[in-house]
Amino acid sequence: MNLLEIRNLHAEVEGTEILRGVNLTINVGEVHAIMGPNGSGKSTLAGVLTGRELYTITEGEILYKGKDLLAMTPEDRAREGLFLAFQYPVEVPGVTNAYFLKTALNAIRKYRGLEELDAMDFLKLVRSKLKLVDLDENFLNRAVNDGFSGGEKKRNEIFHMAVLEPTLAILDETDSGLDIDALRIVADGVNSLRKPENAMLVITHYQRLLNYIVPDIVHVLVDGKIVKSGSKELAIELEQRGYDWVRETTEV
Amino acid sequence: MNDTNNIVTEVTSQEYKYGFVTKIESDTLPPGLNEEVIRKISEKKEEPEWLLEWRLKAYKSWLTMEEPHWGNVQYPPIDYQAISYYSAPKKRPKSLDEVDPELLRTYEKLGIPLEEQKWLTGVAVDAVFDSVSVATTFKEKLKEMGIIFCSFSEAVRHYPDLVRKYLGTVVPPNDNFFAALNSAVFSDGSFCYIPKGVHCPMELSTYFRINAAETGQFERTLIVAEEGAYVSYLEGCTAPIRDENQLHAAVVEIIALDNAYVKYSTVQNWYPGDKEGRGGIYNFVTKRGKCAGVNSRISWTQVETGSAITWKYPSVLLVGDNSIGEFYSVAVVNHYQQADTGTKMIHIGKNTRSTIVSKGISAGKGQNSYRGLVEIKKSAANSWNYSQCDSLLIGNQCGAHTFPYIEVKNTTSKVEHEATTSKIDEEQIFYCRQRGLSTEDAVNLIVNGFCREVFRELPMEFAVEAQKLLGVVLEGSVG
Repeated sequence: MNLLEIRNLHAEVEGTEILRGVNLTINVGEVHAIMGPNGSGKSTLAGVLTGRELYTITEGEILYKGKDLLAMTPEDRAREGLFLAFQYPVEVPGVTNAYFLKTALNAIRKYRGLEELDAMDFLKLVRSKLKLVDLDENFLNRAVNDGFSGGEKKRNEIFHMAVLEPTLAILDETDSGLDIDALRIVADGVNSLRKPENAMLVITHYQRLLNYIVPDIVHVLVDGKIVKSGSKELAIELEQRGYDWVRETTEV
Repeated sequence: MNDTNNIVTEVTSQEYKYGFVTKIESDTLPPGLNEEVIRKISEKKEEPEWLLEWRLKAYKSWLTMEEPHWGNVQYPPIDYQAISYYSAPKKRPKSLDEVDPELLRTYEKLGIPLEEQKWLTGVAVDAVFDSVSVATTFKEKLKEMGIIFCSFSEAVRHYPDLVRKYLGTVVPPNDNFFAALNSAVFSDGSFCYIPKGVHCPMELSTYFRINAAETGQFERTLIVAEEGAYVSYLEGCTAPIRDENQLHAAVVEIIALDNAYVKYSTVQNWYPGDKEGRGGIYNFVTKRGKCAGVNSRISWTQVETGSAITWKYPSVLLVGDNSIGEFYSVAVVNHYQQADTGTKMIHIGKNTRSTIVSKGISAGKGQNSYRGLVEIKKSAANSWNYSQCDSLLIGNQCGAHTFPYIEVKNTTSKVEHEATTSKIDEEQIFYCRQRGLSTEDAVNLIVNGFCREVFRELPMEFAVEAQKLLGVVLEGSVG
């Protein structure tokens, strides 16, 4: 089933066009990877999908679960199961991770007409999820990302993802700043969340992450367009031959 | 997980359980202030001669004083002769239909029960409040323990010696312009006395004590904790209170003897004026505690969200050796509100300690000032103060100002001061929205996080209400 369909997407920031006609279709059960050099528009794509105000859409459309995604507020997109693991997770001082997540989860549940979880049920749920990313329980009582190390922040994003159980998760350079052990933990966490009924879009510079989170399809984004798509072998070839190879072999 | 803040939202705000109602006076004096007016007030209240003399003395001091203007607040001149210093309750609305719908909407949001809404807006209620009978029961229990908690007038009648012994010992009648005015004309207030060694088993609340809003105009509160006594005292309520009287000048005095501990928490939510800055209460308050005994402790926690102008510095005189003074404050200004608030910690005894945590939130065109004095006298060897002043700005048209004054007269003491100013940034709000929260909920969450160190000092039910209140006060300030 078609989960996400991006058609001829053009987007600009302050008059500069960043995305120049992106086409992408993601079905449930699939993991897509988007690779590309710096400034190719990877993070812009994540920003447009999640509804950052920074970007102006000049052309094209995005259908998510058959609905017009661009017409939805950022929070409604989240409530519809769209999740972004931030490249730079944001600190919210004084608000504990547990309280933050409980508020978020209940906002989502409410939107879906589900009963809100009480403190006990919530605690039971998050305890089981903490294990997925190898975090201990005092993590719940620490303020959101406040004073976290880089690795902890990234693990926390995956922890949020585990609790909120999105239909489509976008991982924006989740591997950046992680050492090899942390990378493995994060990847194991992500893999345990792969299910036939959801999908993921993994944005990365490097092929390294894709050894751990193996994608079904790899896309190469250059200068705001997807110039090549292929199987996971494409990532390896890209790593060996560099982005110039793609530029040379395709008409951009 | 022992973090109460995570669980507090589970607790719904409850009806206050304790309190009682005083007799409502029924006549009004014409506007103006002179000796004759003060004599009449005293006479109507059937006060003893000494109290009348006390009032008159205060009045004479007041005449020689000038209204202070050093605060970072602006307002048109006050005509003290245009104010009625003894007024009857205003005409009561017959039903909630006659009450400003905007006010009712706010009650709704705070989750205040219907019966209580009627009480707050002054609607005549047919059924007697449950709380009144409950209050009587509690009053009995308190009485058995020797605790006195009653209106100030009642205290003057029944416990004149206690009142006379302590009244004006912390805030003298000639302390400042507004305190002198209050001392001359104070209408009523609360009196609380905890005898030696008694740990007051419940939080004492003034919530149900103020009958009509009018009594609040020149309120006088006196709290005395004898050796080893403890009391947690709550003033005010989160429900917005309207009042025809624009000027409020209350005085609160607290005395803590050896090893006594008084915890005073307040939520102030007087009418702040409309969105254009019209109307609103001027709140000029003198609150001071005296740690008179060794190892005594006085703690002020305040959440200030109302009034057009707030001018308030709950202070502690640390007289007894090893005594502790604390001040935890959240002050919020929105629209055209102005707040100049902070504290004074005066260290006199040895090894005295004080902590100041001030959180100022400014939105709209609000102006928020922290003004604090930490004074360590020569006698206060080995004393210690820690001050933290944080400001949070919402939007581009508001202001935050900090005026810390520090005077240290010995070399063995230590003073630490930290200050931060931050803005709610769009990244934070976007992050919250990406997790499913609305912009409004995101702002609430961020603001409550900012205030956390203060809220955790509040009794739990109060903290829950205060969180909700901040949401209502800051509604629509972002986006």
